[in-house]
Amino acid sequence: MSPEAMTLLAKALAIAIGGFGPAIGIGLIGFSAMNGIGRNPEAAGKIFVPMLLGMAFAEAIAIYALIIAFTL
Amino acid sequence: MAKRTENLKALPMSFAALAAEPLFHIGNFPVTNSMINAWIATGFFVVIAFIASRRKSIVPRGIHNIFEAVVEAGVGEMEKVTNNKKKALAFFPFVATIFFFILVSNWMGLIPGTGTIGFNQLIHGEMELVPLFRPAGADLNFTLAIAVLSLVVVQAVGIKATGITNYVSKFVNIRGIFRAIPKGPMAVVVAVIEFFVGLIEIISEAAKVLSLSLRLFGNVFAGEILMGVMLSLVSVFLPIPFIFLEILVGVIQATVFAMLVLVFLTVATESHGEHEEEHKEKEGGSEKHLEPSH
Repeated sequence: MSPEAMTLLAKALAIAIGGFGPAIGIGLIGFSAMNGIGRNPEAAGKIFVPMLLGMAFAEAIAIYALIIAFTL
Repeated sequence: MAKRTENLKALPMSFAALAAEPLFHIGNFPVTNSMINAWIATGFFVVIAFIASRRKSIVPRGIHNIFEAVVEAGVGEMEKVTNNKKKALAFFPFVATIFFFILVSNWMGLIPGTGTIGFNQLIHGEMELVPLFRPAGADLNFTLAIAVLSLVVVQAVGIKATGITNYVSKFVNIRGIFRAIPKGPMAVVVAVIEFFVGLIEIISEAAKVLSLSLRLFGNVFAGEILMGVMLSLVSVFLPIPFIFLEILVGVIQATVFAMLVLVFLTVATESHGEHEEEHKEKEGGSEKHLEPSH
């Protein structure tokens, strides 16, 4: 295959595979947050901020993959 | 017909370049469009500082109420992370500056005209639109500068709070090996492992800088591309939820950056001794509960 085609394929694969893990991670964080709120609805405010923080960390990995996709 | 296609080729086809485009040069120093946005945000804060500092009184009136509410909310949030009011007050100026600067920079990127008003320029053989304004966070220099600065501040604050031998032994833990020798071979093995863990901590400091800067840059830059794509698809109504998303992302990314810097500062200023004291207090407390009352 030509180099341009390989570059395009690499870009697409970078973001596709790189977004897979963080998506599952964010879903798991949301899942445990929902569990916690379900068991203890009063703690919803306390759970919200750490959940957002954890989701931002997990999303950062997907952002790294996106940066690679942009720079290739 | 040939004339029409020639005009189409002259239209810019990409939404935003990865690097911020320089608009003019001061001497040899290129001034980019993101830099201009950062200067506007700085000017905004200078004006706010002037307004906030005149005619102060014990009972706040008018606009000072907003400033006091903001400061109180900020210090309260930081106390939840640091568990120490003195530390929260000491770290507040730096962390709050980072938070508000990034927040205002992100939200300024949503003002109509940012990223769209510009001039066409021939870059790398293609006509591309060079916008006059571009969100400051969409320039990696901006985020990297704040991240490197916070790294330097964290190291400096850590050294000042715990003393230089304590702080260096967090990374190069030779002292731990010497202390473990009288305790027996198992303790020495653990101390050697902790020594290598300390060396890895040095690498993780560099990784923190990278992750902080790339996280903010990626979010804001991807937001720019997203807005460009959405606005080019349907110009009315469709971009509205995406603009709300961008507002939310601006807040969340500023919060994450500031809170991470706060966590790093807190971890850097607590000495190993404090950790051990906390553990001993907890153990002593639980033992007291188990003792039967006489």
